[in-house]
Amino acid sequence: MNILWLIMICVSIVFAIFTGNLEAFTKSIFDGAKSAVEISLYLLGIVSVWMGITRILEDSGLIYRIAHLFKPIISRLFKNIPGDHPSITAITLNVLANLFGLGNAATPLGIKAMQELDSLNEDKGTITPEMMTFIVINTASIQLIPFSVIGILANYGHRNPAAVVLPVLIATAISTMTALLVLAAFRKVFK
Amino acid sequence: MIEYFEYISLLIIPLFILFTVLYGTFKKVRVYDSFVSGAKEGPAIILKIFPYLLTIFVAIKGFQASGAFDYVRNAFYGVFAFLDIPIEAFSMAVIKPLSGSASTALFADIVTTTGADSMATYMSAVIMGSAETTFYVLAVYLGSVSIRKARYLVPVCLVADFIGIVVAIFVAKWFF
Repeated sequence: MNILWLIMICVSIVFAIFTGNLEAFTKSIFDGAKSAVEISLYLLGIVSVWMGITRILEDSGLIYRIAHLFKPIISRLFKNIPGDHPSITAITLNVLANLFGLGNAATPLGIKAMQELDSLNEDKGTITPEMMTFIVINTASIQLIPFSVIGILANYGHRNPAAVVLPVLIATAISTMTALLVLAAFRKVFK
Repeated sequence: MIEYFEYISLLIIPLFILFTVLYGTFKKVRVYDSFVSGAKEGPAIILKIFPYLLTIFVAIKGFQASGAFDYVRNAFYGVFAFLDIPIEAFSMAVIKPLSGSASTALFADIVTTTGADSMATYMSAVIMGSAETTFYVLAVYLGSVSIRKARYLVPVCLVADFIGIVVAIFVAKWFF
């Protein structure tokens, strides 16, 4: 991340100088800061709501029951999660939210999953293999129906907006599988 | 079919919340106090995420505004014309991992300039539906537990994104 960030900043500044976009560049930095504040405020609301809901799950013991139910599926991908750990529930709920395109639930539940996975982390500050698998699944974006895309297409008078459903499904299925394969390959190399 | 599915996805969260509070009450949990004590964790989590989000956003916005992106796009123009792939799909492929709002704006732009039934629109729609805002996800999830050493995660995500976009382009071409 360090190298990537450095490259992005340096390349941007060099280009801004050569293309005469210096003013736009400087403005964009503060625009970026502004969007970070706006998105954080938005996240503050939805994350707090989901932390409230998941606390009820914890206090009632439901979180362990759901974990027990989904353990056989989740443990295929996440091998080092012990017993009916709450992280299994958080991962399950996040994946379901993603599948159904519930963005307002997916991110907070993903954060919850990261925290639960971090409770199993012996070397805080360093990522665990389980966290990597989880993030890779999330960046590959598994979604059954892309409602937002269909919505925009319908707005602009597309003949049949639902025609994107099948190709999107095929594309995400292949890309999620290849993402997991890429992760497995890197894991072998860096062992 | 789609409408039916949309209705189910609208039902999920309300039903889940209803079930959670009823089950909690049944198990003698004071659900109101429980919710409050959980919600208290929210601000601390966001304070952790905020600096990561800010750092990433500054770089992304700067990159877009500097003109570097247009340069890269022009450099690839010939390659894409040769492969008979609309250059708009390439713009979408680069923008989507960087920013959700920018990709939505770009998509609306592609639809208006090339028409709702064009190849460029169709391909961009498939890319938009199948790719995720990778950098945002990385910043939020890594930030939420203060991960400093992400090891080889970033290269994995970039390689996976690249393959995902190539797959999306081919699938779209095949279906169009």
